[in-house]
Amino acid sequence: MDVKSEILTRYNAKVFKNRKDHILRIDGASDGAQEIAANTRAIPGIMTNRGCCYAGCKGVVVGPIRDAVTITHGPIGCGFYSWGTRRNKARPGPDGKNFIQYCFSTDMQEPDIVFGGDKKLRQAIKEAVEIFQPRTIFICSTCPVGLIGDDIHAVAAEAEKLYGITCVSFSCEGYKGVSQSGGHHIANNGLMKRVIGSSDTPPATKYSVNLLGEYNIGGDGWEVERVLKRIGYEVVSVFTGNGSVEQISRAHLANLNLVQCHRSINYVAEMMKTAYGVDWLKVNFIGVGAICASLRAIAEYFGDEELKGRTEQVIAEETAEIAEDMAFFRDRLTGKTAALFVGGSRAHHYQALLGDLGVRTVLAGYEFAHRDDYEGRDIIPAIKEDADSKNIEQLVPEKDPKRYRAFLSPERYDELRRAIDLEAYRGMMRDMPDGSWVVDDLNHFETEEFTRFLRPDIFFSGIKDKYVLQKGGTLSRQLHSYDYSGPYAGFKGAVIFGRDLVMGLYAPAWNMVTPPWKKGKTEGKSNA
Amino acid sequence: MLELTPKTITERSALRVNPCKSCQPVGALYAALGVRRCMPHSHGSQGCVSYHRTFLTRHFKEPAIAASSSFTEGASVFGGGANLRAAVKNIFDIYDPDIIAVHTTCLSETIGDDLNAYILDMDIPDDKIVVHANTPSYVGSHITGYAGMLSGFIRYLADRRASPNGKTAVFPGFVNPGDIREIKRILHLLGLPVIVFPDQSGVMDAPMSNTYRMYPEGGTSIDDIRSLGGCGRALALGNFACGQPAGDLEEKCKVAYKCLPLPIGMEATDSFVTEAAGSGGVPQELEDERGRLLDLMLDANPYFYNKTLAIFGDPDTVVGLTAFSLELGMRPRYIITGTPGDAFVRQTEALLDKYDVTDAVVKAAADLFELHQWIKNGPVDLLLGTSYGKQIAKAEDIPLVRAGFPVLDRYGHSYMPIVGYQGAMRLAEMMANALMDRYDRDCADEDMDIVM
Repeated sequence: MDVKSEILTRYNAKVFKNRKDHILRIDGASDGAQEIAANTRAIPGIMTNRGCCYAGCKGVVVGPIRDAVTITHGPIGCGFYSWGTRRNKARPGPDGKNFIQYCFSTDMQEPDIVFGGDKKLRQAIKEAVEIFQPRTIFICSTCPVGLIGDDIHAVAAEAEKLYGITCVSFSCEGYKGVSQSGGHHIANNGLMKRVIGSSDTPPATKYSVNLLGEYNIGGDGWEVERVLKRIGYEVVSVFTGNGSVEQISRAHLANLNLVQCHRSINYVAEMMKTAYGVDWLKVNFIGVGAICASLRAIAEYFGDEELKGRTEQVIAEETAEIAEDMAFFRDRLTGKTAALFVGGSRAHHYQALLGDLGVRTVLAGYEFAHRDDYEGRDIIPAIKEDADSKNIEQLVPEKDPKRYRAFLSPERYDELRRAIDLEAYRGMMRDMPDGSWVVDDLNHFETEEFTRFLRPDIFFSGIKDKYVLQKGGTLSRQLHSYDYSGPYAGFKGAVIFGRDLVMGLYAPAWNMVTPPWKKGKTEGKSNA
Repeated sequence: MLELTPKTITERSALRVNPCKSCQPVGALYAALGVRRCMPHSHGSQGCVSYHRTFLTRHFKEPAIAASSSFTEGASVFGGGANLRAAVKNIFDIYDPDIIAVHTTCLSETIGDDLNAYILDMDIPDDKIVVHANTPSYVGSHITGYAGMLSGFIRYLADRRASPNGKTAVFPGFVNPGDIREIKRILHLLGLPVIVFPDQSGVMDAPMSNTYRMYPEGGTSIDDIRSLGGCGRALALGNFACGQPAGDLEEKCKVAYKCLPLPIGMEATDSFVTEAAGSGGVPQELEDERGRLLDLMLDANPYFYNKTLAIFGDPDTVVGLTAFSLELGMRPRYIITGTPGDAFVRQTEALLDKYDVTDAVVKAAADLFELHQWIKNGPVDLLLGTSYGKQIAKAEDIPLVRAGFPVLDRYGHSYMPIVGYQGAMRLAEMMANALMDRYDRDCADEDMDIVM
């Protein structure tokens, strides 16, 4: 029996039927045509790592925007848990506003549930305006709000009139969709409808880009911006790490959208293309090889020879600077194996960086991805829409007659579509070696079982798994929070990542797992 | 840090800023982890339990297991009965616990799911148990949820016909595994036969043994929870976290209970020891511990005397920390909890009265934004509370000693007690070190003493 059958056989019929389509082994001969089930409901009772719609909207996309007061409308928990815990770093902008350190909630109480919470929300907005004078307020709903029917959109509209601010409401109740993913989409829609395009201050240069799906975890975005700026790009806005309403409102004026986290932000990329004609390019700034390829593709997009030359020069300098460190870490990591279970993009991105360091990925899975994140965007038309996805608004914006503009000629666009995969994403599975495993929505049981069978040296996952794995003798590093380290993106981040792996694998304590009086009897697994 | 917090205080009635509490379900989850071979289960959307497991894991640096009913929009409209049935079957099939402890969420409470009916109608394997507690997030706080879940276990399991076992039931309060170990050690020294419920020691501080075990050795056994009904008496340590379950045990099984403050500091530990010992006497070993604490309090007194501090966190813990800081000769200036309840104010003010402290501000259902504003208007020498105080500590350059829940940014704290005489010594050491380090940092070179 292979690993998959071994694991599935432990399930009851219903769970078996569900899970069998979420697990596959890469078959090199299939040339990327394997199909995996994804973005379906989690099974009640199965310990999934997934979060909810609110977590995707407030926690992931909206929360990192530093110059808006984001009020969680609901009981206290949701706002409390998403306060200061994701490591989306931000510094105050020119206006001095940085609300990232704060948690705002309506802290709904029983009478609010019984008699409606909109009165309290109205009052909370009033108080926020009086105390903090924000130019923008975001409202994010939690489960009970939708159930009791509070009209947050009406409250938001009223607040705009009353206070002369922008007030955007997101109906991101936790029960919507099947995971965080629905929340990303709702957040994308809200930003598209209300923020993007609301200012017309143009970029100063031609080489203007937006960084989409970069949340500045551990300072990733700053390292990426550093490199882009060295080459000569102007980063108009970042969605949304250290991002601001002020930047995002003029995002439509940039010439190219760079998409880092495809899952959480591809809607904005698509919608900006439709409405404003901004092309997008899937990039990966995790892993030295991947960064270089991404930088070259961006330069190719703009097509300027001097820019290309500058790109090569920066690549040469940056890679030279880290070469010695990378070689040092590669030497200590070559031959190790890794499993990756992260949100909706990192499981793909980090395979590149691990490869740079000589680490082979034996299993990778996404928490809340869709089939296109695994199989590539070509299969999108073939994805059947189910009831859960239908509940999330599919916003198709109108072409903006005044502001729509194509940066490329149609001929050049067609040429680049092929040359640099412009507006394409080939998915994770095509980049995975024959025989490696792909598991969607990997759960607690499967994490334990796959670890037992595959014995990876390092398991990259989140905090809920971390100590399960560590107690079992496997090094686990969090790829959501980087275990409070980072940045891992960019050239400098690659070195920090390498250092962290070596630090973890060669921790002296691993050699002390078996007490001396038990040595020779039951030898524990040593990682080092 | 927190630059946007104005010094001028304005009245707020709706906007909660930087809360000092969480919601009921996370407390219920933690309570259930103190029962042996128990799977906590959150009846709501999976986002709730994802946050709760994350949060508990970040505090304890340990796995925190729990399952979810994984509500979708459909379940939210039609009720979560089918989800719960499927969940219970899957949990017993795959994770094989002896008991599932279901707590509700704001989602399932708002739609009015009737957990009693669901559980009655359910197919539960003969040797397995499902219990529940109603823990809507829009009532109380995580402390309320903790108490509610304990009550749930008692309602379902405590046996009013259990034969008298001569034991004392001890509810240790919402504390760390290290505290529970210390409470058990004291009870052991006193030679008192006890049932400690719940007991997260051994579960949320399980040793590294190269084998992950979903259900480690610790936890109160189901049989022991049943036998609570046969106990001669009960001691509830902390009325916010334990008053309700102890009251429910008394009502159901006629086990008289006494509510004591969490044994933090000298007097609270004295009353715990006195009460637990009863007529049995206190062994010299424990009296020596007390003597050592007393010694330390006198030795270090000059460094505590009249120092002001702000204390924040969960109500029972904050009451204990307030008592101890008063015993040390300090002057608490601001004392808050996020959990609602007038009893907190009454208990704290009674302590302040005893020490003639008349200028302290005490508030329940308060938040850290408010505390910060007070501090801006009248500073303190020390902050004593949770990790979330670190923002204020940095903004106002005030040392912070971490105690209570949650502590997300330090390691080792959950193994170590703050209760009992030894726990008080640890607290005193941490507090004195913080104050003395600060003195050394700030003093002129000529004032720097090698001997202090």
